[in-house]
Amino acid sequence: MNAVQCVDICKTYLQGDQEIKALDHVSIDIAEGGFVCLSAPSGGGKTTLLNAIGGLDIPDSGEVYVGGERIDNLSKGDLADLRLAKIGFVFQAYNLIPVLTARENVEFVMQVQGVSANARRQKSMAILQEVGLEGLEDRRPAEMSGGQQQRVAVARAIVSNPELVLADEPTANLDSRTSSELMDLFTELNETHATTFVVATHDKRVMAYAKRLIKMLDGRIVDDIQQKAA
Amino acid sequence: MIFSNVLLVFLISLQFSMYQLMIANTLQTLTGHLQVQAEGYKDEQKMRLVVPDVIALADDIRNVLDLQDVAARGAAFALASSEQRSYGIQVIGVQPEFEARVSSIPGQVTEGRYLQDNDAAEIVIGSVLARNLRAGVGDEITLLGNGRDGSFAANVAIIVGIFSSGAVDLDRSIAEVPLGYFQDTFFMEGAGHQVVIRAPQLSMAGALQAQVAAWLPAETNLEVYDWMELQPGLKQAIQADLSSAFFMYGVLVILVAFSVLNTQLMSVLERTREFGIIMALGLRPGRLGKLVMLETAFMGFVGLAIGALIGYAVTLYFSYNGFSIPGMDQMAAQFNLPDRMYPNPGWLTTFSGPVVVFLFTLLSAAYPALRLHRLRPVEAMRAA
Repeated sequence: MNAVQCVDICKTYLQGDQEIKALDHVSIDIAEGGFVCLSAPSGGGKTTLLNAIGGLDIPDSGEVYVGGERIDNLSKGDLADLRLAKIGFVFQAYNLIPVLTARENVEFVMQVQGVSANARRQKSMAILQEVGLEGLEDRRPAEMSGGQQQRVAVARAIVSNPELVLADEPTANLDSRTSSELMDLFTELNETHATTFVVATHDKRVMAYAKRLIKMLDGRIVDDIQQKAA
Repeated sequence: MIFSNVLLVFLISLQFSMYQLMIANTLQTLTGHLQVQAEGYKDEQKMRLVVPDVIALADDIRNVLDLQDVAARGAAFALASSEQRSYGIQVIGVQPEFEARVSSIPGQVTEGRYLQDNDAAEIVIGSVLARNLRAGVGDEITLLGNGRDGSFAANVAIIVGIFSSGAVDLDRSIAEVPLGYFQDTFFMEGAGHQVVIRAPQLSMAGALQAQVAAWLPAETNLEVYDWMELQPGLKQAIQADLSSAFFMYGVLVILVAFSVLNTQLMSVLERTREFGIIMALGLRPGRLGKLVMLETAFMGFVGLAIGALIGYAVTLYFSYNGFSIPGMDQMAAQFNLPDRMYPNPGWLTTFSGPVVVFLFTLLSAAYPALRLHRLRPVEAMRAA
């Protein structure tokens, strides 16, 4: 079964009087356990596509399926439930909650899911260790480097074993060494947890990690390449 | 919020204490809590609208209620003349033995003494009336009026005491004589006009009224009235004062509600990005709205608790030490109040204001909470 299926989706924004076609009849299928890179220059539509797949944005037309369930016609509440149960997000700007510690940020999703305090603590400590943040659990985001924050964001995204992880420019604010470490982590998680990864990037080194590279331009898919991961 | 709650607790306590004092002072002077009168006498005080055998009726009521604070009275309008001057006054016939149980006037005699013998030709007059008549203790007063049967009534009494109630109107226009003397002078044939009852507490007046009303023989034309019917002006004054006070409290509550609305709106706007993140992670907008409401409820509850506590403490302090407002003494005298106020803290006065503020706080938080339903995670996360 496909982890993600987009059927002829379109999304148009108005910028002043000008109409911007962010997605222009995009159709893709992403298999379960896939590791896909969406590559496009700025304004190419990759973030809009990620948001449509994640239910953060609703396309003007077309259909979006996640895990076989159609999501483009769901209510805000049902979309929130879907994201909580099935999707992990890693954002370019980390988007951690500044008043919470690393462990509390990781626990947040589980807390909303209703996981008990003990189980939350055990799982969050284990996942922080897995992403190499052992000993930094009680630090707040402002007390950590960009790479460490992004690792917390990754831990938060995968801690509840989502079927799908959507990462939007996850390495944009990281140096090359930290970027490589993060992508190694993604690859490891993809292989060990069979989690589907969709990563939007215009970083060629990141693209090299993907098993499949989808190139976009002006809201359209212009190339779809199966490749051997690095 | 805390300050407004403190203010509300103190002001409401003060206000209700003032009302209680006004009621107590007004009723203890003459009116009492209840009166048994002939039907129609309350509205038109005619001599012929009598309570027959009034002393026996008062005795019966004492037995029925098992309460000694019951006294019979008669009342008539008369011309009181001293050697030099004459004034129109109200002459009240009282039972000297029981009057002090229902009225404060016997305790307010400042010269001479109060009445003692139920049949003696004695009179006690107000201090202003004594000054106007240029009469003092030991002087004679001639009373001229109409008897119960419409005939001419006249008698002479010796001034044995002068009282000063503090209420100028009373001190100018009231004189008290023994009920036996009153009945002789005005040809009452054992009748009177009122049986006055003073309840142990104001709150018991209703129950006592019902008890007396049930006991009164059906064939008589007697009615039992409570203080609100006897002193409608007092009740209206309290209601008018309450209305203006509640308007002021309403303005205060609305100001607090708007400041909470403003604070919560700012608080939601400042956290737009965080709210966007947690919605993106899977928190339903409805649940987020409930969290914001819960946050406001918690703040409101803390404000209620601290405000009520401090307000109670402040009120408690002034309940022992009292306080006065410059220029208040004249107004206080008008309502027969002391010039120093002692607010009494109680459950109702401590919590009624803060609870209303709490409810309005919750209400004013509803709008910011509802706004969260319109929030879109993608746009919210872009907020600074």
